[in-house]
Amino acid sequence: MSEPAAHSQVETSTPKELVREPLVLNNRPLGWITNQVAGIVEGDMPKWWNIAFGVSFLLMLMSFGYIGYLITTGVGVWGLNHPVAWGWAIVNFVFWIGIGHAGTLISAILFLLRQKWRTSVNRTAEAMTIFAVICAGIFPGIHVGRIWLAWWLFPLPNANAIWPQFRSPLLWDVFAVSTYFTVSLLFWYMGLIPDLATIRDRLRKNAGQCKTGLDKMINKLKQFLYGLFSMGWIGSNRHWRNYEKAYLLLAGLSTPLVLSVHSIVSFDFAVSQLPGWHTTIFPPYFVAGAVFSGFGMVLTLMIPMRTIFNLEEIITVRHLELMCKVIMATGTIVGYAYGMEFFIAWYGGNPYELYAFKNRAFGPYWWSYWIMISCNVISPQLFWFKWCRTSPWFIFVVSIFVNIGMWFERFVIVVTSLHRDYLPASWGYYSPTQVDILTFVGTFGLFMVLFLLFIRYLPSITIFEVKAVTPQADPHSIEGGADRVKGGDH
Amino acid sequence: MSKSFAIMAEYETPAEIMDAAKKVHAAGYEKWDVHSPFPIHGMDDAMGLDNAKVGYFTFFGGLIGFTTGMTMQYFMNKFDYAIVVGGKPLFSGFFAFPVSYELTILLGAFGSLIGMFVLNRLPRHHHPLLANERFADVTDDKFYVVIECDDDHYDEQRTRSLLEGTNAVHIEMVEGTE
Repeated sequence: MSEPAAHSQVETSTPKELVREPLVLNNRPLGWITNQVAGIVEGDMPKWWNIAFGVSFLLMLMSFGYIGYLITTGVGVWGLNHPVAWGWAIVNFVFWIGIGHAGTLISAILFLLRQKWRTSVNRTAEAMTIFAVICAGIFPGIHVGRIWLAWWLFPLPNANAIWPQFRSPLLWDVFAVSTYFTVSLLFWYMGLIPDLATIRDRLRKNAGQCKTGLDKMINKLKQFLYGLFSMGWIGSNRHWRNYEKAYLLLAGLSTPLVLSVHSIVSFDFAVSQLPGWHTTIFPPYFVAGAVFSGFGMVLTLMIPMRTIFNLEEIITVRHLELMCKVIMATGTIVGYAYGMEFFIAWYGGNPYELYAFKNRAFGPYWWSYWIMISCNVISPQLFWFKWCRTSPWFIFVVSIFVNIGMWFERFVIVVTSLHRDYLPASWGYYSPTQVDILTFVGTFGLFMVLFLLFIRYLPSITIFEVKAVTPQADPHSIEGGADRVKGGDH
Repeated sequence: MSKSFAIMAEYETPAEIMDAAKKVHAAGYEKWDVHSPFPIHGMDDAMGLDNAKVGYFTFFGGLIGFTTGMTMQYFMNKFDYAIVVGGKPLFSGFFAFPVSYELTILLGAFGSLIGMFVLNRLPRHHHPLLANERFADVTDDKFYVVIECDDDHYDEQRTRSLLEGTNAVHIEMVEGTE
């Protein structure tokens, strides 16, 4: 690593600073960052984009088709049976909601902790949050049985003049998830405003290069739309001042929000009396698991993206390595929680509790439990080795394991706790049907459709924030022009 | 040709515009601004700006959210249609807390975003600077000081020479009216 000139400014009396690895490699100028990111939106999409979009679109239609079948026929098309009344729908809901948590962690919590590396990944991660919550929202809606009455979830006046029961954690969930979606959308949109203005201005500068009348019309239309949503942003410092304050406040609000959302999701289980669900460790354990799974998905999406769009200098190996460390930390917390659940089941002296846990690991669903353990507890431990943290293809493989493991975690929690209740006469084995499986597979199509449209039409990296963490943006560095000002600066 | 809106000076680096901003502020101008592709650390001090007021909007948004949550649940579960569940009291701040907490955050977030827009007088799609050819680089890699002609201290000669005394690479008049 060559010594950046910025650090020659350090006063001689202070000990020599360790040089941090740069966040944008090769000391690129500010304009290069704009070109690199905005170029993705302006250029034509590669052929794989069309193929990927086509496949995702068909998967999405398949999911919608099965949902239509469910609505017209009834929940009997799912594999639910008497003791297992919460099947894949709830598993999928918790899985997708958890995925979203990495986006908010990166955008809000790492912002408050002043982790500058978040700037390269926060836009994509936040987009992922929003799309994952959309996928999650489908399942509670369709699992209510009579879907046309799903609006009873909300406190709206109805013909029976009755209100929802606010003692129920399921109702808290309605508020938590809808607030989470709305606030994530606001935060994401606010971050987009200056970058939409960048695209607007570039369209204006490129208008002269349009040859045909059609090109000119498309350019005009795009200028209008990007201009409309950029709210007339002119990069004024008087605006930046309020903007930064609002951003800080939104980060401050999103942090308790993200912690509360998965805590409340865990209350859906923990507030019940069921052995295996009735555990005080659930809220922190669910939040750690959510962050763990979310980072898995961020890496699954970002590793191909950075290669295909030549963003390796902005999303560097160091960024991937740091995310691997988060995966390792949260994976270890999750592993601790699994162990602690067993310990308390034994130490608590409740025979039903102990049975539920023994049954989890060695009962009819032993295979799901051990898939969960190998993916969530063992695979992240590989990141202790530097080679594992710095080889993108290897990280990609582990990230897939994390996704699989976290889906199985929710399956284990929901199904193994339910399938053997207090009455052995009603014990049963739950298996999903084709409708269960393909509806869930199809939601990946919906997720990818939204994600591909996002890459196509919006700047997938926060241009202004990446610029702000380069040495060129620091008025006290040589790259920022400090030596060009007479007398220098303090 | 309409009347001039402002005089605009272009800079290439944040250090140079920071220096220029200090000089313009020292000269006592009021209606002027610095435009940059990203927020520059320390620029608020250089321009002599105080703390942003967005926090008040957030606070009142959050307060309204919490009050709405508590009163809504009191009204619905205790007043309008009371159903005793498990012999528990009809209303308690404990079970009502999660929903009120979420509504506090929801309306607090709306307050922050709306506060940002209100204080910035945005959206505004007809600003004279948006029509300026050269100014389009503000969202890319150039920095601008813009002093409005309406400012009490503005004088065509003196203001121009003040800006010429900085490291500006280009100075021009911006046409148009507010």
